[in-house]
Amino acid sequence: MPNPEMKKNAAGRMVPAEINGREAVPFRGVGKHRPDGTRAAPKVATCIDYPASGNKLVPDIKTALVEAGIRDGMTISTHHHLRNGDFVANAIFDAAAELGIKELVWFPSASFPCHKPIIEHMKNGVIHHIEGSMNGPLGDFCSHGGMRGMGVLRSHGGRYQAVQDGEVHIDISVIAAPTADPFGNAHGLTGPAACGLLGFALADSQYADRVIVVTDNLIDFPCVPWQIQGNYVDFVTTMDAIGDASKIVSGTTQITKSPDRLRIAEMAARFVRDAGIMRDGFSFQGGAGGTSLSFAIFLMDMMREAGVKARFVRGGSTQYLTRMLEEGLTDYILDGQTFDLDGVRSMRENPSHVNTSPFTSYNYHGKGCFASFVDCVVLGATEVDVNFNANVVTHSDGRLLHGIGGWQNCLFSPCVILPIPAFRDRIPVIVDEVTTLCGPGELVDVIVTERGIAINPRREDLLSAVRGTDLPIRTIEELKAEIDDLVGGAPAKPKFGDRVVAAIKWVDGTVIDCVRQLAE
Amino acid sequence: MSPNGQAGRRGDRVRSDCWISFEKTTDGGINIALKSKVESMYGDSIRATVREGLAVFGVEHANVTVEDTGALPFVIAARLEAAVKRALPDIDAEFLPEFKAHSNYGTTRNRFRRSRLYLPGDQSKLMLNAGLHRPDGVILDLEDSIAHTEKDAARYVVRNALRTVDFFGAERMVRINQLPAGLGDLEFVVPHNPHVILIPKVEDPTQVVAVDERVQELRKAHSVEAEIYLMPIVESGLGCWRAYEIAAASPNVVALTIGLEDYTADIGTQRTKEGRESFWARSQVVNGARAARVQPIDTVFADVTDMEGLLASVLEAKALGFDGKGCIHPRQIAVINRGFAPDEQEIEKAKRIVVAFDEAQAAGYGVVSLGSKMIDPPVVKRALGTVELAVRSGILARDWREGGDDA
Repeated sequence: MPNPEMKKNAAGRMVPAEINGREAVPFRGVGKHRPDGTRAAPKVATCIDYPASGNKLVPDIKTALVEAGIRDGMTISTHHHLRNGDFVANAIFDAAAELGIKELVWFPSASFPCHKPIIEHMKNGVIHHIEGSMNGPLGDFCSHGGMRGMGVLRSHGGRYQAVQDGEVHIDISVIAAPTADPFGNAHGLTGPAACGLLGFALADSQYADRVIVVTDNLIDFPCVPWQIQGNYVDFVTTMDAIGDASKIVSGTTQITKSPDRLRIAEMAARFVRDAGIMRDGFSFQGGAGGTSLSFAIFLMDMMREAGVKARFVRGGSTQYLTRMLEEGLTDYILDGQTFDLDGVRSMRENPSHVNTSPFTSYNYHGKGCFASFVDCVVLGATEVDVNFNANVVTHSDGRLLHGIGGWQNCLFSPCVILPIPAFRDRIPVIVDEVTTLCGPGELVDVIVTERGIAINPRREDLLSAVRGTDLPIRTIEELKAEIDDLVGGAPAKPKFGDRVVAAIKWVDGTVIDCVRQLAE
Repeated sequence: MSPNGQAGRRGDRVRSDCWISFEKTTDGGINIALKSKVESMYGDSIRATVREGLAVFGVEHANVTVEDTGALPFVIAARLEAAVKRALPDIDAEFLPEFKAHSNYGTTRNRFRRSRLYLPGDQSKLMLNAGLHRPDGVILDLEDSIAHTEKDAARYVVRNALRTVDFFGAERMVRINQLPAGLGDLEFVVPHNPHVILIPKVEDPTQVVAVDERVQELRKAHSVEAEIYLMPIVESGLGCWRAYEIAAASPNVVALTIGLEDYTADIGTQRTKEGRESFWARSQVVNGARAARVQPIDTVFADVTDMEGLLASVLEAKALGFDGKGCIHPRQIAVINRGFAPDEQEIEKAKRIVVAFDEAQAAGYGVVSLGSKMIDPPVVKRALGTVELAVRSGILARDWREGGDDA
């Protein structure tokens, strides 16, 4: 398949001017692209077409898909709150295969290794391509050119934006619901597959032509709180189990034992304290990754010691964030997803543990979003270059292995910190130029490695805030030189073929970079 | 069959290492089969390292298989050397990585030895960032952490690490094997700037002397100018009984330490958390070391998850008279250093003595006095050490004399 026309974007990257037959706008720079037009909207519905009893139950997912009018080439969406325990996405495409449907587009909010069977559906023609994060095996399949269409990777906020702006039209959305009623009201707080909240499915419920709620915990109306409102829902159906609870949330969240990661997390927390960001009423974003979780724990200790309280903390929540809330170290948790059972319990019981969505937190085409006023965030990255540009989707060998998640959206925080190891095995993390550009360097403020902290020279305020502290502040070039010396020189660049296999969108829907097929 | 040898580690759980199989052939040049998770980035570099090494060993025809999980060049070199020398033990040439400038620093006889971090000599991955955690010393171990079948291979890794890895100012220690094998370890260590040699399971002062003599021979042969100090480890009833003789066996001994696992087995008991069974031995080591004017250093604390237990153990060691403790996990270092830091009362007293000492010096008096009390020279020396330790521990500002606030 030949590539579409390629254009150079404002970051100097060559990107496709057309994606799967639709025109695409090359990245114009941060805050440069101004959308016009109006938001998309599904057809007006009428109560004439829905049972007055409120009972929208159909026997199974296959029937629901038929009733929803599934046809070749449609776009089917799912959310990823069930993470690596999800049974629903595979069930949908198995049913579609039985119905002889072809050329579907899968539009998940993220994919996981449990979705490996989707590869078979791409090979047998049921699925044409995926628009969404591709983790692990799916990313590998895409990198090697296995997918017929071009993959499109978006941030959580970018996904909401794309649906809202009409860039992606969802024909049928299937919402896996840990608890639901026959009208279609649903939440994630209880049930065998409890996952906390359902924020990633919000856009899907609002904008899809047809919405199917599938649950394994059907209760009588009303299912409250209705995180998903039944008034958006066409059909409700059941499965024996929508997911494997042990892979949805963990029983207890383990903190890392790696001394290097702990050191990095501790230095990041000290940076936040010593730069004066940690003060009464501040806010930060935690996460469940080894380093970001430990960061929150170290920061919690420092807050306790200094007698400082946060106004809010952004989740992914874990038992550690709920402890902060219960101890009074923060007034609120504004949660995007819950990672362990304690997080689910807290969200169920504590009114100050609030669920959020990509609309409230991340959507760049809204009237503001929370991401820009979280005082500091800690994020991961596979690579960072000497200009602080960062990559989160491909590895240095060119393979696509991760989704963007909320990562791009979080870059709008006033202090973006990447606590990352300076090298992994032999592979340096600080490079001349990132393999794939996901975040422009102007938005990345601080790199914390085990060998020192590099502050973006644009942030003279941060540089002077930590002057005179005992934090090991170094230039990014120094860190790079030290690691290159250790690992025996900078790595050779990956060898790519010509074909573009995936496009990387920026938060405003423009194309910031693309991923090419690996040379075999 | 043609000579062949294998070395290194492979398997799903191995990272940052490699396994190399070497077979000497008679024609066909060098054939390298490489399987590496960093192939696309460092495949050419790995092949170049192998070819360079074979050239050093004078091998022109060979089949080499490399299974690599992201080993650094110095590790690949060490694995290659072990594989080749297992096949061809008569080769004398060494495949030495460049001696890096950051490996070229010294030590002093009386430096602080509060925390010393044990690093298994064949696990290079653990060595790379060890110095970042700021232990007073790192110990590259050739003894108990190395399987008997891997003793030869570990020597190359330790030697190459001494030349290559930046330990960021930590004292560079190597624990050799129990004698006599340990004497054979020394030629892989002495030419590469070790600061201290740890001698395990010492029971007789002549063992210390034997190591010292071999070290001096090798220093001379390799024109090593820096002194190389010794730290005997006593690990038996007899060793503890002779603590003083062992500590005083050579002027190059700077510290004496104890290993309790072997000791408790030797005296027919088991280690307990309270440690009553080793009270005599530990006190004996403290007194033997002090009598010989060297530092008494305590054993390791084995439970890496119990930081409170560790701190209690450090405070107990300090109370018994020890100057330091071993550690087996980097997170133990800060706890140990904090535990050995002087407390407020000790610092205040030491500061007064140091000030009195400064004044006496300035006035040209030979005797230091505080109020009506005369202060003996050993007390002054100890006070100077306490103040320095407080500064190093971040409790006292370096410029405290000029009225700098406490750090």
